Amino acid sequence: MLKRRTFLAAGSAGIVAAALAGTLPALGQDADTLTIAFNVNLPSFDPTTGGSAVNPTIQAIYCTVFDQYIGQGPDLAFEPGLLTEWGFNDDKTKVSMTVREGVVWHDGTPLTPEDVVWSLQRAGDPANGNPVSGVWASIGNFTVDGNRIDGDVVAFDPTIFKWMAFLTGYVLPKAYFEKVGAEAFNQAPIGTGPYMVDVFESNAFLRLKANPNYWGAKPNFETVIFKFVTDATSRTAEIESGASDVTLEVSYEDYDRLRETEGLDGVAVPISDIGMIFLNNIGPMLDKNVRLAAHHAINKQAIIDRLLHGYGIPIDTLQTPEYEAYDASIKVGFDEARAIKLLAASGFSTANPVRFPIQTTRGLKPKDYEMIQAIVGMWRKVGIEAEIEVYEIAKHYELRAADQLAPAAFYNWGDAIGDASASTGFAMFGPTPHSVWDTEDLDAMIGPLWTEKDEAARISGWKAVDKYIAEEGYVIPLLQYVQPILFKSTLVVIPNTSGALQPSLISKA
Amino acid sequence: MIGLITKRAGMAAVTLFGVAVVVFGLLRVAPGDPIAMMIGPGATADDILRLRASYGLDQPLINQFWIWLGSLLQGDFGTSISRRIDVGQLLLERLPATIELALMALLVSMVLGGFIAIIGTLWRRHWASGAIDGVNGVLLAIPEFVWALALVLALGVAFPVLPLSGRINPSLTTDFRTGFSLLESLLIFRFDLAADLARHMTMPVLALALPLAGIIARVLREALSEAMMQDYVTLARVKGMSELRLILFEAMRNAIGPTLALTGVQFTFLIGGTVIVEKIFSYPGLGNMAIDAVVNRDFPLIQGLVLMFGVIFILINLLVDFAVVAFNPRLRHG
Repeated sequence: MLKRRTFLAAGSAGIVAAALAGTLPALGQDADTLTIAFNVNLPSFDPTTGGSAVNPTIQAIYCTVFDQYIGQGPDLAFEPGLLTEWGFNDDKTKVSMTVREGVVWHDGTPLTPEDVVWSLQRAGDPANGNPVSGVWASIGNFTVDGNRIDGDVVAFDPTIFKWMAFLTGYVLPKAYFEKVGAEAFNQAPIGTGPYMVDVFESNAFLRLKANPNYWGAKPNFETVIFKFVTDATSRTAEIESGASDVTLEVSYEDYDRLRETEGLDGVAVPISDIGMIFLNNIGPMLDKNVRLAAHHAINKQAIIDRLLHGYGIPIDTLQTPEYEAYDASIKVGFDEARAIKLLAASGFSTANPVRFPIQTTRGLKPKDYEMIQAIVGMWRKVGIEAEIEVYEIAKHYELRAADQLAPAAFYNWGDAIGDASASTGFAMFGPTPHSVWDTEDLDAMIGPLWTEKDEAARISGWKAVDKYIAEEGYVIPLLQYVQPILFKSTLVVIPNTSGALQPSLISKA
Repeated sequence: MIGLITKRAGMAAVTLFGVAVVVFGLLRVAPGDPIAMMIGPGATADDILRLRASYGLDQPLINQFWIWLGSLLQGDFGTSISRRIDVGQLLLERLPATIELALMALLVSMVLGGFIAIIGTLWRRHWASGAIDGVNGVLLAIPEFVWALALVLALGVAFPVLPLSGRINPSLTTDFRTGFSLLESLLIFRFDLAADLARHMTMPVLALALPLAGIIARVLREALSEAMMQDYVTLARVKGMSELRLILFEAMRNAIGPTLALTGVQFTFLIGGTVIVEKIFSYPGLGNMAIDAVVNRDFPLIQGLVLMFGVIFILINLLVDFAVVAFNPRLRHG
């Protein structure tokens, strides 16, 4: 019989021996395993419901397990996904889609057009909790003929097919989902993506294994591990110690230091996230001179150079160069003298400054608070006295949805489909819950673009809106963010303009 | 003893009801709306209204409270808004990880603090006494999260001998039936798993244990020093007992009571410390989940977590009370 002392002695000896002998493989050292120190946790596996469904960063994981209706390359270009063809009819009253053949779910059952139709209908039904169900409800009455799906346009949305590569645009398995239910699916999901869920421990890690039946390019690794390391210092330590193969969103200081380290490499490219200052049409912001002066007084390049180590691109509209409606000719520019003159025209000066609060997060984005401090300093020089209010991002969302933001409020905006409707549109159109600028002139310009059927006219319409916004000073775009990614030199990482660090874009050197 | 248990159980129920009212009220007045956190760029005002209704957040506050409390009394903690899983299930899944971590930290702090106190008492007239005081001062002065970061830099980066994050190597295949992974792996003789779990636990345990060890060392040492001046100790010394035996078998019996009481109180702070330490080490326990829940304004999960921490604190205090009574015969008969 095993005695207590014998058991404890054997146990202790076993643990010490195993620990000292190093019998366990060190993390991140197996060539067929890719370990990513990821910057956010994965709360839920359903990519179509709840808050995580609209979290841009988490899309990297969703895209790895599930497939979207329409794919998107790292340059934001759309490409066939589970749909190989898609489009409207000439008068934009019908949609048609062709479902890819030969695709199987992770449980070996074939993907069918019914899966696609069910996914679209489920997303469009408000009862299922899709945060953007209105978008999906814009098409319906689907019929299936072979691999072809036809449907009616219920309310014309020119961007519906772009949404098929965007937030909540995932195809889920009808039969499996209905068999196991929403909660069980959340714990043991299956998709058609390049990797299958092996082990998921929320707040700790997600282990994926390669899908041998994947319809696309063969996965580059047998195993992919996402370690959820939400603390930036800990992520830096993960890559520095070799415990992880890839990490992202470390401080620019650490990025510059570590990419020079032997055995490590780095890539930092602009992504589709921008930093901006929302202006609310209240108080001093009703004065065009104040708005324009606030914009002209900001030296964006200096902020990027001094606070962000040069990692950032100054912008003057809510479009970045990768977006379809980007217009390089729209410039606002840093011009202190002009700012002073504009303020003087409204009776303000350094001796008699215009005063208003500006809200910002602190630590949510790199140097967010410090950027606002710098901007407040620049404003002070021309006659604007702004008081900084720090709030949590949850408070920002609450205030923005209630249209109660301060006259100026810092925020970051992402638009991974690069369509102006998802940047200028949602941020500036008064009736949406995202905008705090509500004026009839701007709404009258934007309104028709939501249903514009001529694509060229729609894009030129958005460019005109951006030009008008810049002239009127309705928002202060600041910069396009650059995403730092650090990785072992034995790997090749293709940066994704959407910011989603997908394992399919990582390969062995 | 039965009377004491009945009285304490009644007080615990009242305390928990108070905690439930306070946490529910505070969450509703605190800034941040869970629905505003989850609306996507394409969401309309109608989408927001529908989402609010689907989570019951369109009801009057008092209705929301009674619905929640009624469900709670039936063992239903509600469904997490961010994770879309039953809160009770989530809590039960995470609780063992935090309990193992906290108990290991308590064990390490008691051994380390006890060792320092005994050595300090033994060498109380020796020059090394000052050095021991210095070490103790350092332990006391540095909070958990600073220890955590220092350990990450020292043992994770400069000398990478310990894993930096998680509870177990993600490459390992495990099939634990309980959440008490370390205990279970020992019971099933999987020493390889136990070793890996211990390696992952070492840094978070040390970060939590070192400040508590300082407190235990200081209190126990003072109590021991006082006890060593008592007549019964002098008598034992005259009989020829060694100093070490005097400390361990004579002075310790009286010194341990106040130390235990204080350790119990400090243990509740240690549980609180798991929140930030689990975050730094990506340790999948209650604390790590609590931060996510707060960030996402996941009301049902926050409420469940606070109640769970409340139950833990009450149980710890109960255990401490019973332990103090058990160690002190005068209280037992009082």
